[in-house]
This record gives sequence, structure tokens and C-alpha cells, in this order.
Amino acid sequence: MDLVTPDFGLIFWTLVTFLLLVFLLGKFAWKPILKMVDDREASIEDALKAAERARDEMKSLQSDNEAVLKEARQERERILKEAREMKNKIVSDAKDIAIAEGEKAIASAKAAIVAEKASAIAELKNQAATLSIEIAEKVLGKELSVENKQAEMISKMIDEVKFN
Amino acid sequence: MFEATSRYIIIAALTFLFAPASLKAQDHSHDDQLESSTHETSQLAPADEGHNEIHGQTVDEKEFEITELIMHHISDSHEWHFFDWNSQPVSLPLPVIVYTKKNGFSLFSSGRFHHNDDGAVVHESSNGDRFIKVHDKIYLAEEESINNSYAHFSDSHEVTNTTPDADISITKNVFNMFLGAMIMLLLFAGIIRRYKSQVPKGVAKFVEPLVVFVRDDIALQNIGEKHYKRFTPYLLTVFFFIWINNVLGLIPGGANLTGNISFTLTLSLLTFVIVNINGNKDYWRHIFWMPGVPYPVRVLMALIEIVGVFTKPFALMIRLFANMTAGHIVILSLISLVFIFKTIWIAPASVILTLFIYIIKVLVAFLQAYIFALLTALFIGQATQEHDHH
Repeated sequence: MDLVTPDFGLIFWTLVTFLLLVFLLGKFAWKPILKMVDDREASIEDALKAAERARDEMKSLQSDNEAVLKEARQERERILKEAREMKNKIVSDAKDIAIAEGEKAIASAKAAIVAEKASAIAELKNQAATLSIEIAEKVLGKELSVENKQAEMISKMIDEVKFN
Repeated sequence: MFEATSRYIIIAALTFLFAPASLKAQDHSHDDQLESSTHETSQLAPADEGHNEIHGQTVDEKEFEITELIMHHISDSHEWHFFDWNSQPVSLPLPVIVYTKKNGFSLFSSGRFHHNDDGAVVHESSNGDRFIKVHDKIYLAEEESINNSYAHFSDSHEVTNTTPDADISITKNVFNMFLGAMIMLLLFAGIIRRYKSQVPKGVAKFVEPLVVFVRDDIALQNIGEKHYKRFTPYLLTVFFFIWINNVLGLIPGGANLTGNISFTLTLSLLTFVIVNINGNKDYWRHIFWMPGVPYPVRVLMALIEIVGVFTKPFALMIRLFANMTAGHIVILSLISLVFIFKTIWIAPASVILTLFIYIIKVLVAFLQAYIFALLTALFIGQATQEHDHH
């Protein structure tokens, strides 16, 4: 029966030792260790969350980049297209202008020719007139001495002068 | 939830596995004890008749000595006996602290009894009290000696001397408990210093998983998110205290502290107090007036539950005591096989079996600490749980 008879001394010391241990370890061991573990768990969780966030940010950044790239490509396309259109327009405009100018030049040249022709004719007429007068004078000077020759001469000359 | 249930089943299975063994061992030890007390008389008797008779006892004497050796090893003692050298015991005498109402406290070394354990040597304290030691218990000495002993025995061979009113001696168990406590304090003081940064180093790396294990798998799992933080320090202390003392008890020469009923009684008493102090309204309602069952059954349930309040910590006390004591008895019996069979050839079997049991004991040392802490957490969990209304 000794084996299962509780002994006061041992109960007393067990109680004292154990309660002292609960107090001391509770205060100086469990509290800081558990706090440290909790802190570490929290910091690991934070780090994981931060990594997750960074990954998300990266992803959004990547998609942003892609969007920007796409936009740039579109912009380039647009600019090239515009440039092409502008080139065509400029060329066709230039063509039109050139044609118009040409036509204008031709027209003015024609007009100038007509005018020159007219003035040349007029000049010719004038020259002819003066020439005829001079001839007439000379002829007159010579012929007029012979009366009938005079009249003959004049009419013959006038006939000859009919150009048109 | 499933995981938790399967774990309880495993624990229950293990407990039952070890329970028959420990019960058997206990029965055995009980028988042995009876046997030993009958033999004690035969030891006393030769004292009158002379020394020749002692040598006359052969077979019986040897068997008796083994039982006595085992019982001596698993019992508490006032000196820490290591081994015998030239038939002289080499031991560490421990302080005796006793109190009598008449003369007050006495403090002296157990060395004063000169290894005597049958009341022959009297120590007279400075306050006038006279003490003797019989079977590692301190008694007040009788005035005159009978058969060279100041202890008087009844017809049923029990010491009739009065005991001191209180005996709080630093016995072998108490001393070993102090050692265990010192180891714990030094260990955790060392660990705290290791925590300069957030990363555990050295021994902290080994202990921290255990701390986290107790917190998560014992406290949190059984008590629940809401209350577990309050009880974790207690559970941690219980777990490490029992475990370290279990291991100290396994070291050859160590005391069978955790296999001592006083030790397990104290711890289970604390569990009992903590569980019932923290019991909420639901807990008490489920004990006295179980909701959701017919009225006659409620009365029956109340009776069963009230008994349950006491049997739960009682089972804690018996489980740890029986497991540790049985283990010690088995190991010592196996070691003693050589003396029982009286041949050296049994030694290999003895050594192999002892080693096998020893390894199991190392597991059991951990397992019992775990089970004690786990069941304590479970009981606290039951007491603090908030039930949904049925």
C-alpha cells in the first residue's frame, strides 16, 4: 500500500515547484517564446502577402506595358497611314497644281501668241502701209509724171496688197 | 475534425495497449509487496537468533531481495543511493525537514542515520525531538529499544511509532524534481537568450517545434480559438515538467518521481481545480441538468456526470503513475533475470529485452507527457466550450 499512499512532503514540494515553474516559465519563457513565434508567423504572413501583392503589381504592370506597347503600335500605324495619305495628297495636289499651272501657262502663251500675232499683223499692216506709202511716193515720184501710168500703178498695187 | 477523431482513437488504443501491462505489473508488485512484508518478519526474527540463521536462508532470501530491490528503486528515499562499494553504500544524504507541534521544525542530514533503515540509529534534534528512520520513513523514536531498534512493531508488522506532524524532507524524488525544474529553467533561460533575432538558433530550434506543437495541437485544437491562449502556459509547463522528469527517471539512478502517486496526484489535482474553476454555465448545466434528454434520464445523467467530474482527473493520476511505475518494475525485473534464474547465460536475453523496454519507455516518457497535457486540454475545452442550444 505504500506505493499508492500519497505522501504529504512530496505533494507539498511538487505543488511548490510546479506552481513556481508555471509562474517563472509563464513570465520569462512561454510569454516571450510564444510572442516571438506569433511575431514570426505574422511577419511570414506579411512577407507572403507582400510577395503576393508584388506579384499582382507585376502582373498589372506587365499588362499595362502590353497595353502601352499596343497603343504605341497603333499610334505608329496611324501615323504611318496618315503620312502615306498626306504624301499621296501632296503628290496629287502637286500634280493638280502643275497641271493647272501648265494649262494656265499654255493658255497665257496662247493668248500671248494671239496677241503677238495680232500685233505682228497690225505691225505688218502698218509696215505695209508705210512701205506702200514709201513705194507709192517713190513710184508716184517717178510715175506721176506719166498720168495714166499713175492710176494703173495704184490699182495694181492695191490689188497686190490684198492679203487676207 | 476527422483528423482529430482519428488521433484520439490512436491515443485511446495506445493507452489501452499499455494499460493491461501496467495493471498486470501493478498486481504483481502488490503481490510482491505482500510477500516482502511477510519476509520482513523473517528478517527481523534472525536478529534474535543470531547471524548463522541468515546464511541458512538461501533460495527464499534471494527472491525476496530482488523484490525488495525493485520496491526500493521505485520508492522514495531520504538518501540518493548510487551503488555499493565494498559493501558500503555510496549515496548522497539528503536534508530531512520535519515538524512536530510540540517542538517545531527540525532540519538535519539523513546521513545522521548512517544508512540505518530499521530504527537502530537515533538522531536527537536540537529542539529535543528524537527521530529514527524505518523503511525510508521518519518516525519519532520510542524511549527504549526492542531488538536493537527504537521502532516498535504491531502484530501485523507495522511500525507503531508516532510520525512527525509534517515531513517535508527533501527526499530523492523532491531532489530529482528540483533537478528537473533547474534543467527546465536553465534550458528555457538559454533559449530566451537564443532569441536575439526572430530566428531560433541552437537548442531553441529543437524546443520551439515542441512549444508550437503544444500550442497548436494540444491547446488550440482542444480548447478552441477563444480561450486557448489563457491555458497554453499551464499546458506547456505540465508537458515539459512531466516529460523532463520522465526522462530523468529513465536515467539509471534517477528517481521514479513521475511514477509516484503523490506527484501525479498533485498535477491531476491542479488540472481538476483549473477545469472546474473555469467551467462555464453550459458545463455545469450539462452536468446537473443535461438538456435535450427526458427528465428521468437527466437525473441518471447528473449522477454519472458528477462521478465523471472526479474520475477524469483520477484517471489522469492513475495513468501516469501506473505507466511510469510499471515501466520501472518491468525494466528492473528484466535486469534481475540473472538473479532469478541464477545463471549468467540469461544475460543476453535480459539485456536485449531491457533495451527493448527501455526504448519503449523513452517513447512512453514522451507519450505520457503528451497524453497528460492533451487530456488536461480536452477537459478544459469541455469546461469552457460554448454549446449551441439544442
